[in-house]
Amino acid sequence: MDSAGSVVSVAPQLLIQSAGSRSSECSRNSITFSTSPLTGRSRQDVAWSRRGQSRERSCRLHPGRRAHDPGKLTLLCDAKTDGSFLVHHFLSFYLRANCKVCFLALVQSFSHYNIVGQKLGVSLTVARERGQLVFLEGLKSSMDVFFQAHKEPHPLQFLREVNAGNLQPLFEFVREALKPVDNREPAWRCPVLLVDDLSLLLSLGVGAVAVLDFVHYCRATVCCEFKGNVVALVHDSGDGEDEENDILLNGLSHQSHLILRTEGLSTGFCRDVHGQLKILWRRPSQPTAQRDRSLIYQYKIQDKNVSFFAKGMSPAVL
Amino acid sequence: MVGGINDPPLSSGGGGLWVLTPSGSAPGETRRKSEMLDSLLAFGGLMLLRDSVEWEGRSLLKALIKKSALCGEQVHILGCEVSEEEFREGFTSDINNCLVYHDLFRDPLNWSKTGEALPGGPLGALTAMCRRTDPGPVTIALDSLSWLLLHLPCTTLCQNLHALSHQNSSLGDSSVQQVRVLGLLHEELHGPGPLGALSSLAQTEVILGGTVGQASAYILCRRPQQRPTHQTNWFSILPDFSLDVQEGPPVESQPHPDPHTSLVDPMTHLTFNLRLSKKEREAKDSLTLPFQFSSEKQQALLRPGQGQATSHVFYEPDAYDDLDQEDPDDDLDI
Repeated sequence: MDSAGSVVSVAPQLLIQSAGSRSSECSRNSITFSTSPLTGRSRQDVAWSRRGQSRERSCRLHPGRRAHDPGKLTLLCDAKTDGSFLVHHFLSFYLRANCKVCFLALVQSFSHYNIVGQKLGVSLTVARERGQLVFLEGLKSSMDVFFQAHKEPHPLQFLREVNAGNLQPLFEFVREALKPVDNREPAWRCPVLLVDDLSLLLSLGVGAVAVLDFVHYCRATVCCEFKGNVVALVHDSGDGEDEENDILLNGLSHQSHLILRTEGLSTGFCRDVHGQLKILWRRPSQPTAQRDRSLIYQYKIQDKNVSFFAKGMSPAVL
Repeated sequence: MVGGINDPPLSSGGGGLWVLTPSGSAPGETRRKSEMLDSLLAFGGLMLLRDSVEWEGRSLLKALIKKSALCGEQVHILGCEVSEEEFREGFTSDINNCLVYHDLFRDPLNWSKTGEALPGGPLGALTAMCRRTDPGPVTIALDSLSWLLLHLPCTTLCQNLHALSHQNSSLGDSSVQQVRVLGLLHEELHGPGPLGALSSLAQTEVILGGTVGQASAYILCRRPQQRPTHQTNWFSILPDFSLDVQEGPPVESQPHPDPHTSLVDPMTHLTFNLRLSKKEREAKDSLTLPFQFSSEKQQALLRPGQGQATSHVFYEPDAYDDLDQEDPDDDLDI
């Protein structure tokens, strides 16, 4: 943590795009971070410009960036709100960091992510052309399962099967996309697997245990073998009625090193505070220090960024 | 938090909350530190470590493994959830040399078909551990039972666990169980049925929880032919996986008692009386019930109604009313 303020340095690099038409405001391309010092009433705007006009701080929300850290699984979870802005953030973040990214985009089309990515400063088309981004567009390629003949199983082969058995073809696709190749292409940094989203697989008929096995294998390969990172989005129904989703969510939570949970405000929709973000650090096999294990922030999504502030410290109410 | 996990309620159970006070002297502290682990490792059989997302149990599992290894026991680990190098992280090399790691993490379902996977998949790996024939005390750590429970039928798993923890009794060597099975179980993943089944197999259950900044373990021991004992220890685990037992948080910040054993008097705020005063009791006793045929009632019925309120029915027949009793519906065509 920064010595000057308690909340400043946590999320400076979350340059995030709103996931929909949340607001027509067009603010500067930066993070606005409101923090209230101990004296209480004044407010500091700390702006981190993406173009390097101010300092860049290492962001604690991105684990596994140090060379000696093995790969990590980051779980994005949303309850009663839309957490896909985090997916857009991580996608643009890792592309800008020169990592090789395999993106399993099951929810939206390529052009959707491309448009959003352009607002955040990355071009998915360019990244895909130069081989940095391997993009599986679920909506389009699901048609290929039925209308094109493939010699080897299609990654979405489970759509054809009566009992959606396992996701091994999908895992093979990921492994093939991210395995290190020698000397044929510019060296990318650590490989990253990004999935949007895993709850959709449950809706498509895959069992929770099969999805857990898929993530298990991705973790074993991408995190442990390739020393990369895995980021996955899961929805939380919240009311406990969807048992399969709860098993999936809890099972993934136990495997994760970092859990980012976005929630809507319990009091309902608000124009100035769109939700709150809970950050939980876990070390599944190391005793976790009790301090700094979890943090809660509230956020507001704007056109080209997301501003974070401590609870109750929204600029609208101060 | 994630998955709706709140701070798990600490049920102090029948044994009461045992809060440790510092003794102040170095031997006393060492005794206190090792007491919790010693009491956990004193008996064999199956020990369940039930953890949750917020209070993870793998570090306690590793602390128990370290203690067993330091006592000179053989330790076998069936690792399903973390890689071998992540599991061995934090142990010194002499402890690592004592651990035998069976890797079910890298390729549990044989997807890679390279032949490196453990034969027989999860069930094969588990039954292989049951067939161990080395003499001497051994600790078997299953990391985790939840993974096995998701991939094997509950009955198969329970049968294998029973076989695993009762190995030596079949050899007939001694009545003391020399096998200890430590199973890590993630509570939120399973329904009450499998949890109950595993719980009934276990000799010791450790339920992990805590309050802000302080982890606790609620330990339930079931010994044959003895009463179950409970105790709650507050602890923290150091980076080298030794255990540091602490006194609990101050009483004011103790978590609220289990809602099932609420101390609120349910008799307050009732909208009805549960007790009668003396006058009300007398009035109640002297009340004659309407269906009781007492002598007064008999007299009242026999006497014609003099000044008594009897009911009369006044009937004004309409013009088309037919009071012919023999043909009330007036439809007989006679």
